[in-house]
Amino acid sequence: MTEQSRHREDIEAGDLFADVPPPPPPDYLRDGRGIRSWLLTTDHKRIALMFYAVIVAMLALGGIFALLLRTELLTPDQTIMTAPVYNRMFTLHGVTMVFLFMIPSIPATFGNFVLPIMLGAKDLAFPRLNLASFYVYLLGTGVTLAAMVWGGVDTGWTFYPPYSTSTESSVFPVVVGIFIVGVSSMMTAINFIVTTHTLRAKGMNWFRLPLFVWAMYATSVIILLATPVIGLSLGLVGADRLYHFGIFDARFGGDPVLFQHLFWFYSHPAVYIMILPAMGVISELVSTFSRKPPSSYDAIAMSSLGIAFVGFFGWGHHMFVAGMSELDAGIFGGLSMFVAIFSAIKVFTWTATLYRGRVAFNTPMLYFFWFLFLFTFGGMTGVAVATQSLDVHWHDTYFVVAHFHFIMVGGTITAFLGAAHYWFPKMFGRLYSERMGLLTSVSVFFGFLFTFVPQFLLGNAGMPRRYYSYPARFQWLNVVSTGGAYLLAGALLLTLINLLCALKWGRRAGPNPWGSHGYEWMTRAIPIKHNFETPPVITRGPYDYHLPEEMPHVDPQAR
Amino acid sequence: MSTRRLAEQFEDLAKQDHAARLAMWIFLASEILLFAALFALYTSYRAMYPDEFARAAAHNNLAIGTINTFILITSSATVALALWAVRGGLQRLAGWLLIFSIGCGLLFLVLKGVEYGQHFRAGIYPGAGYRSAELTGQGVVLFFTLYFLITGLHAFHVVVGLAVLCWMTAGSLRGRFGPDEHVRFELGTLYWHLVDIVWIFVWPLLYLLHR
Ligand code: HEM
Ligand SMILES: [Cu+2]
Repeated sequence: MTEQSRHREDIEAGDLFADVPPPPPPDYLRDGRGIRSWLLTTDHKRIALMFYAVIVAMLALGGIFALLLRTELLTPDQTIMTAPVYNRMFTLHGVTMVFLFMIPSIPATFGNFVLPIMLGAKDLAFPRLNLASFYVYLLGTGVTLAAMVWGGVDTGWTFYPPYSTSTESSVFPVVVGIFIVGVSSMMTAINFIVTTHTLRAKGMNWFRLPLFVWAMYATSVIILLATPVIGLSLGLVGADRLYHFGIFDARFGGDPVLFQHLFWFYSHPAVYIMILPAMGVISELVSTFSRKPPSSYDAIAMSSLGIAFVGFFGWGHHMFVAGMSELDAGIFGGLSMFVAIFSAIKVFTWTATLYRGRVAFNTPMLYFFWFLFLFTFGGMTGVAVATQSLDVHWHDTYFVVAHFHFIMVGGTITAFLGAAHYWFPKMFGRLYSERMGLLTSVSVFFGFLFTFVPQFLLGNAGMPRRYYSYPARFQWLNVVSTGGAYLLAGALLLTLINLLCALKWGRRAGPNPWGSHGYEWMTRAIPIKHNFETPPVITRGPYDYHLPEEMPHVDPQAR
Repeated sequence: MSTRRLAEQFEDLAKQDHAARLAMWIFLASEILLFAALFALYTSYRAMYPDEFARAAAHNNLAIGTINTFILITSSATVALALWAVRGGLQRLAGWLLIFSIGCGLLFLVLKGVEYGQHFRAGIYPGAGYRSAELTGQGVVLFFTLYFLITGLHAFHVVVGLAVLCWMTAGSLRGRFGPDEHVRFELGTLYWHLVDIVWIFVWPLLYLLHR
């Protein structure tokens, strides 16, 4: 494997096709030195790495908050914090994880890094906008965190009025921070859409786009459609701090439930902002490590657009107990289940891709399997809670908490980890320790199961969410869940250490260590600043595994 | 011969222009969605309080609202003419047309201020500050809260639009645009048209729909 890839690297470095070999340009990590060359870079790959660093820090921070929450829940009464602190803690956890980590996670890091390379472009369409989006994100993150830590907010990540407009805590600056982070996502989304339209290499038609690009495209569309609406609704809640507009205040004839409509009109699609990029990663993983094209490219690409579309019509399922007519509940329930159909199309297509593939059981592929299992389970519980009669029982219990963590942690974070291992050689030119990778991956999976399976049982037994104490009969399940959370956190920490070690001591990787046929692997081992020495010309699809690997994806003579 | 710089990631200027236009259109669409959230609130509350909304809307100064509509449409027309002038190489003319548009925009804001003043004197404030004794009812208060939020957000966009127009004016008078150097100019005009389009929806909602 490595022998072969080294050989290939030699061919590229020797530049067989040019008459006089020009001195090879340095790779992007070495092209420009010093802190300024990073902070002011317009290279999408360096911006991606800066995002990566901050986003991982956010994941760690959100994780620490989660551990504190779980520690509090070890005993039925107060363990380490008072009730008001607990309320602030779960808001810190939810806001950090959703707005600061999960929404930007895969697009801003891996999307930023590989999307232009996959398109055969030199960079995104607006490199400076891309850099600006990073600083806007930093600003928003700083404001949000500072306000939550110094001011404290106890509303939960959903900011429901009337509580959010009457609590003493500092809702206004937090909401401003979230708004700023939203602006950053929109900058990224505009950049991705325009890049996909205008910077595709010669020969790259829409049906030669890698599926990850389709996922990024669909995600960007949702970001653009939904973010302004939440920005405005949160803005209205926040503005009530400065002047009491009372638009959602029943004393002035306002309707607090309208906020829920506006909020979920955004935030339900936002859950697809969180899962679609993960699905894009998964499509790449399964194809590379089964050495087969996805069993239906069209089904995966089109179902992303389908999800993006019907995702906008299901928001009412969050409000089944907020005084909704049975007719509406039936309609919203039915429309929500449509999403499950599109998701199932994907799940079956991925599974069918394995059939007769040459499946490699390495770390990214393990994450694929965890994703497949956990996402399916989480999605099916979603269908269950989308039924009003059942949801009346489960609403606001740990059952719902378990449902969305199965998808957000079991789906998105596993895909994030899969991507972190899969693209690691391309990003840094080195290989991580496979043995540690497998070990940590298995631990992540079991840590996850121990954390969240008990929560389904707790919710079903009637334990409500967002309380710092509970009846003693719920204790043993809570202890199991807390133990699982520590295992999960330990496994994530080991994963981070494994990858950090690989940065320094990992074996050098060739340009294509996985033998993938994806376009991003046809660059040099570590890409140069503008990705390609000559503009590539695409002569085949990204999953054409029936063609021999040696056949170039690009026609190097063409200009 | 164009003097414009081609950014290195683009093949040619045509693609680069296409990208810039596409990005601007997407941005404008998202701006519309910002207002759409307010319009959705308006629609819901109107459905809840139809009579009170009608009473409140009838109280608004139709004359000012209508004159303002004409002012904005006129300014949009002169902005469009300015683009035509720039394309034809008539930069000074474009500059003067823009100055006229800026004047219209300022006049719009002045009239809006006059109208706000009338409301305040009648005790009509948004939300908690509302204290009119003649015009009462929860739906009425909600209407005026939305009125101030929508027109306020719109006025904010007018101010931003005016800043953009000033930048374009300075550029035209200094001859920075030209027949093959007008894409940024064009994008600026698009922003002003957005301000105009939004108002076309605001006007009937707040001034006309009470009969
Ligand atoms: C497969 C289709 C899905 C269906 C039918 C579905 C259905 C539902 C329903 C009905 C609820 C409300 C439960 C309640 O509050 O009583 C809910 C909550 C939630 N779901 Fe899903 N869901 C699906 C997929 C997803 C995905 C993909 C994500 C995230 C990536 C997600 C994240 C969430 C979150 C965050 C909540 C709880 C929000 C809160 O109240 O804090 N769901 N889901
Ligand atoms: Cu939902």
